Amino acid sequence: MSYLSLTDVERAELLAAIGVSSPGELFEQIPAGVRFDRELELPPALGEAELVRHMEGLASRNVHTGLELSFLGAGVYDHYVPAVVDVVLTRGEFLTAYTPYQPEMSQGTLQAIFEYQTVVCELTGMDVSNASGYDGCTVAADACFVAKSVSDRSKVVLAETLNPQIRQVVKTYAPGFGLEVVEVPHADGTIDPERLASAAEGAAAVLFQQPNFLGCLEPAPELAEAASAAGALPVAHVDPMSLGVLEAPGVYGCAMAIGEGQAAGNWLSYGGPHYGFLAMRGEYVRRMPGRLVGETVDADGRRGFVLALQTREQHIRREKATSNITTNQTLLALAGLATLSWLGPDGLREVGEACLALQAYARERIPLEPVFAAPSFKEVAFRTPIPAREVVRRAREHGVHPGYVLGRDYEGMDDVLLVAVTEKRTVEEVDRLAEVLEEVCR
Amino acid sequence: MTVEPGRAWRESPLIFERSQAGRRAGRPPRPQLPVPELPESLRRSRPPRLPELSEPEIVRHFTALADRTFGVDTGFYPLGSCTMKHNPRVNERLVGLPGFRDLHPHQEDEAAQGALELMWNLQGMLAEIAGLPAVTLQPAAGSQGELTGLMLMRAYFADRGEERDTIITADTAHGTNPASVTMSGYRLEKVATDVRGNLDLEDLRGKVNERTAGLMLTNPSTLGLFDEGIEEVSRIFHDAGALLYYDGANLNAVVGISRPGDMGFDIVHYNLHKTFSQPHGGGGPGGGPVAVRDSIEPFLPAPVVVRDGDMFRLDHDRPRSIGRVRGFAGPFGVFVRAYAFMRSYGPGLKEMAEVSVLNANYLLAKLREDYDLPYDRHCMHEFVLSARHLKREHGVTALDVAKRLMDYSIHPPTVYFPLVVPEALMIEPTETEPKERLDAFVDAMKAIAREAAESPEILREAPHGRPVRRLDEVRAAKQPVLRYLFDEHPALVG
Repeated sequence: MSYLSLTDVERAELLAAIGVSSPGELFEQIPAGVRFDRELELPPALGEAELVRHMEGLASRNVHTGLELSFLGAGVYDHYVPAVVDVVLTRGEFLTAYTPYQPEMSQGTLQAIFEYQTVVCELTGMDVSNASGYDGCTVAADACFVAKSVSDRSKVVLAETLNPQIRQVVKTYAPGFGLEVVEVPHADGTIDPERLASAAEGAAAVLFQQPNFLGCLEPAPELAEAASAAGALPVAHVDPMSLGVLEAPGVYGCAMAIGEGQAAGNWLSYGGPHYGFLAMRGEYVRRMPGRLVGETVDADGRRGFVLALQTREQHIRREKATSNITTNQTLLALAGLATLSWLGPDGLREVGEACLALQAYARERIPLEPVFAAPSFKEVAFRTPIPAREVVRRAREHGVHPGYVLGRDYEGMDDVLLVAVTEKRTVEEVDRLAEVLEEVCR
Repeated sequence: MTVEPGRAWRESPLIFERSQAGRRAGRPPRPQLPVPELPESLRRSRPPRLPELSEPEIVRHFTALADRTFGVDTGFYPLGSCTMKHNPRVNERLVGLPGFRDLHPHQEDEAAQGALELMWNLQGMLAEIAGLPAVTLQPAAGSQGELTGLMLMRAYFADRGEERDTIITADTAHGTNPASVTMSGYRLEKVATDVRGNLDLEDLRGKVNERTAGLMLTNPSTLGLFDEGIEEVSRIFHDAGALLYYDGANLNAVVGISRPGDMGFDIVHYNLHKTFSQPHGGGGPGGGPVAVRDSIEPFLPAPVVVRDGDMFRLDHDRPRSIGRVRGFAGPFGVFVRAYAFMRSYGPGLKEMAEVSVLNANYLLAKLREDYDLPYDRHCMHEFVLSARHLKREHGVTALDVAKRLMDYSIHPPTVYFPLVVPEALMIEPTETEPKERLDAFVDAMKAIAREAAESPEILREAPHGRPVRRLDEVRAAKQPVLRYLFDEHPALVG
């Protein structure tokens, strides 16, 4: 199967118009020594029906959340994705357009991005948001870049309770940015503001996560204050679905707010594509990486939207750009906009309250001890009497995935299981988890 | 309110302006459980001003925005270097299979064998196309592929104890190349283009030395020309102990025709959203896998997909890896679409490349009399014209031509790029267009060239048939309004 449109007759007409006798002549500019002289060794072409059957076969070998009651979270969450998202994802105009360089052709995409930027600012309490980053990890590296360029300091401090994948990505980017990365260990699941204050001396930025990767609520306002007191920019990595009940980072003094958008409007999709968000105080806007959409007027004075401040970007500034980013995650960010519009302020608060209620119920019901004393939002770490990996293996035999093994990332936590709930989980499902854990931990 | 025909298309209220306090769509489940009190310092003090709409109005809002957007599904989109081909609809159905869509990325490897096998097979197919043995799927887009490639160079030379600090790029390079060089901590050096559109070998020889880490090159170039001296270019760099990086932005032209690995490139990135039909989505998502030679394989980002007998797994234990460049193993949904696309064509991907080149050369042949052609050769999948004489003779610019094309319901080509061509119009039709679409474009371009002579003001004031007329981009830069400000919002709509 192919998606070509030319008939054989038309091909001949095109060749004649060009003045060559075969397509091969057009490739004579390729030196003979580097021409590929055999057929590609690829599996044979499939028709559409055969392709669907083949793909269904692959998909059937994955245990998805419809087949197994899952309490996995740890960065990607099974929140409800409303059907209005399909309007965004399946309209061919959104799906098949490119980056809106030609604004008169792209007012719909541009306006939607402007609305997305506004929603992110509202959630986070920031002045300006970009049009999205690749994911919740790379926006952390972007934030470090911004902090370094506005402060002329090269150290960044990462809370150890920040998602390990985020920390790994920042460390991968650090040498190119000329950054030194320092990590602050946790004490009983959260970061101690005093310890953070000393690490933050001379730092460009301090990055922490709220709620943190261990499921605990950090003393976020105190962490932000400790960072600011040391002259470092406080950067909070936040869960968008928590921001109907948890305070906005802008209110407690953060300079930037970043996060993984997946929970708001994206499918699990084995880890991507999702979107990262990056928002900051207005004073840093000219160091912002990535696309920005701004409002303006047309020749008749009518409102319209354009890519704004493009002089920050690679296609204009080249080696002096604030980032190399071109393709970002527009469609996924727009799915986020549709989801948050569907929820509205009341719906977002209710999702948060459902998470809070269900995690509290899980603490009560599950026959294991919570590891940390701090309050949680939607994830709780429990101590297991046998290795947590073994708990996962046994529980899966009962059709329940009980959660994430924190020993994958943290030394000494091989017996810690991180259980995540969302508003999709029910009281009965938490009861079922409790029964299975009772059974397999015996 | 006065009746103004077409007004609904020209003006679309912001979703916040459609909002009514107390209106709502979604009602999340509310478990019959007490909600624990949060410490006051952590509790939200003021609700976010999210829009409040009913579902019918949300659907109408986004439908109205879609109506004001032009995609490949709407019409011809010859945006050079972006490969705006048809995006197969079956791929959207496949990506929605619950086994893909609802699979958690922390699921145990043994319970994600279908996903891992798909990724393993995709790695192998990409390796065959590049002519290089090892592939990482992790990078999120082409630009991140570039950055990953440069990080790999750094790791490779550090491992060999060599200090090299310079990357050479062509003066025709995409802006991402120099930006990636800076982000990865390298120094940038530019090499000139010769009169045939190839890298200037004399200039190059004078710039490559023991400080050179490598070259970044798009081949075919952004001029749509295959570098005829590529074998010598490769020798110059390899003789100096440096590496060659292939920017896969234009890979569409050479799939099954010529392989970057055979050209001498050591590191290659692919754009799954260009060559392999992941829809562009108005600016993402994309996918930017990277292929490398065996000597660079140990440094690939972790995790990679490996095969142990009949089982596939994610290998995180890679001590020499540069580390992770994004979350998880990459944008999996993009892999599903790219894999499905490649399985549809099979070895026939070569025909895809051939027809993309055929279509581009047809347009070139038809338009060469009406516009300036800076490099008079057969092109590959795209070509660059110049509106230089229109500007000189009629005061009409490449931008005016672009804006006027909109009135013919055609998306403009890329304009003012590459920088080495004044008044550049970079045209890439792709292989999926039928002849009548190509002919309609030719007719429009010829008509515009005539209009430039006869009534240039029509072009200068174009577009005339879009929801908005030309927009004031200077105002957007000088007085940036980057979010809706609710009550304080400046009233711009007259």
